[in-house]
Amino acid sequence: MINTPVDTKDTEFPISRQPTHSELVARGVTLPIAAGLSSRAAAPPSIGSASPEVVSVSLTVNGTLHALMLDTRTTILDLLREHLDLTGTKKGCDQGQCGACTVLIDGRRVNSCLTFAVMYDGAQITTIEGLATKGTLHPLQQAFIDHDAFQCGYCTPGQICSAVGLISEGRAKTADDIRELMSGNLCRCGAYGNILAAIAQAMRRA
Amino acid sequence: MISFHYARASCVGEALQEVAGDANAKFIAGGTNLIDLMKMDVERPTKVIDITRLPLKRVERTPGGGLRIGALVRNTDLAYHPLVEQRYPVLADAIMAGASQQLRNMASTGGNLLQRTRCAYFYDIATPCNKREPGSGCSAIEGQNRMHAILGGSEACIATHPSDMCVALAMLDAKVHVGSASGDRVIAFADFHRLPGDTPQRDTHLNAGEIITAVELPPKGFATNYTYLKIRDRLSYAFALVSVAVGLELDGDTIKEGRFALGGVAHKPWRDPQAEAVLRGQPAHAATFARAAGVVLRDARGYAHNTFKIDLARRCIVRALTQAACGTPQSQSAKKIV
Repeated sequence: MINTPVDTKDTEFPISRQPTHSELVARGVTLPIAAGLSSRAAAPPSIGSASPEVVSVSLTVNGTLHALMLDTRTTILDLLREHLDLTGTKKGCDQGQCGACTVLIDGRRVNSCLTFAVMYDGAQITTIEGLATKGTLHPLQQAFIDHDAFQCGYCTPGQICSAVGLISEGRAKTADDIRELMSGNLCRCGAYGNILAAIAQAMRRA
Repeated sequence: MISFHYARASCVGEALQEVAGDANAKFIAGGTNLIDLMKMDVERPTKVIDITRLPLKRVERTPGGGLRIGALVRNTDLAYHPLVEQRYPVLADAIMAGASQQLRNMASTGGNLLQRTRCAYFYDIATPCNKREPGSGCSAIEGQNRMHAILGGSEACIATHPSDMCVALAMLDAKVHVGSASGDRVIAFADFHRLPGDTPQRDTHLNAGEIITAVELPPKGFATNYTYLKIRDRLSYAFALVSVAVGLELDGDTIKEGRFALGGVAHKPWRDPQAEAVLRGQPAHAATFARAAGVVLRDARGYAHNTFKIDLARRCIVRALTQAACGTPQSQSAKKIV
């Protein structure tokens, strides 16, 4: 069932238990259907798609090595959410305009919606799920709670991953710098004031 | 997005071999524009050639005192490179004025030159667009054209080039190094991008089967009297309505050499030798700057929603030249314009 190409149930509504490796591989093969569905939300359907090209990709996510068979079109965002059930990373615009999908690849913050996973074979990826250590929140996670730096929370994983990148870049010295260097993360609730305060707190303690 | 074959090149020769004779193949580096366009079905490559492993990631001094920037140097790495910050601050500022840090962390130097326009009709495959589908018509000329060109447009296209980095590179007289199976060549920056004319589907003079290998900066960086002033609809992370890159060489109050390039107003970064000639040998004050602005905008043409850009450009040019002359470049962080 799970690797039947015409059946989209598993990829549309991921199962809740952790899948086995062979299931992951199988779901990698079925991904083109999921990828097609998700891109259809933003764009008209592609016409004349040839049969999907499947490639093997190995990358490390939050310290765990994953070997997967993936459609070449699979973004790291879809890989995380659809294949590894790491749904903390959010799909907002899927066009690099909102920052909700921000993750760290080899330590640098990037928009995971604009990455083909196959290009990052061998990379180290850190997502919001990988920030806390042994039950202790990352200082930025704690700072976001301390400062109530969110309302709906949808942009929060991207905001926090982006702020981790910002602090490690070491370029932000002033509140204006933080605002400017965080401008790739939109918050439709408008929690910017508290987000700024949270990041400033984490920077002081970094 | 249509399905595509993925190929990975490890050297320039391999990349050129992969692209040879395949009109539906595309190089990919940062992917920040290409993947977006592929999702929208605007770009439909059947083969994507990953060039991110090519050895084009260095920033090196040239024997002549300039700087050679590998095509794969990422935008943040370039903006934060000590030699760029010290000697070409206008380039560092222009890079930091564009996109977001996440995108700058991905985007390559060569890819920045090859960005497609952000005209909404180009992105919307349900509407006519001569750039996307030659001969189908231009939806912007009679449509929503607030962001569009006021200089150098044609009856076929009034799209603008979206890059900030390229505006500074144009002002600096950069050169583009290009490789191909039939040999390498060097293209002056002014000749790299083209005007739309009746073939707006072509953004640049790069030919099929060619690859950008480096961008070279000449020694002169205008590190004392420069600015990058960008006006946009919000303070960050938006494309320019108008931007101006300025470099001045002053002798007291007299302009020995003055250069400026405009962004957001044309199909390419806009330089005008006639306007710059107005600056030469003249006192560095507002009246001189206004004359130069008048010359560069002499043929400016507005459409239904963007006529305001003509006056905005005039004011931006005067303001930017003033900032450069005073040695007070526009801050890309605190956005107050002084």
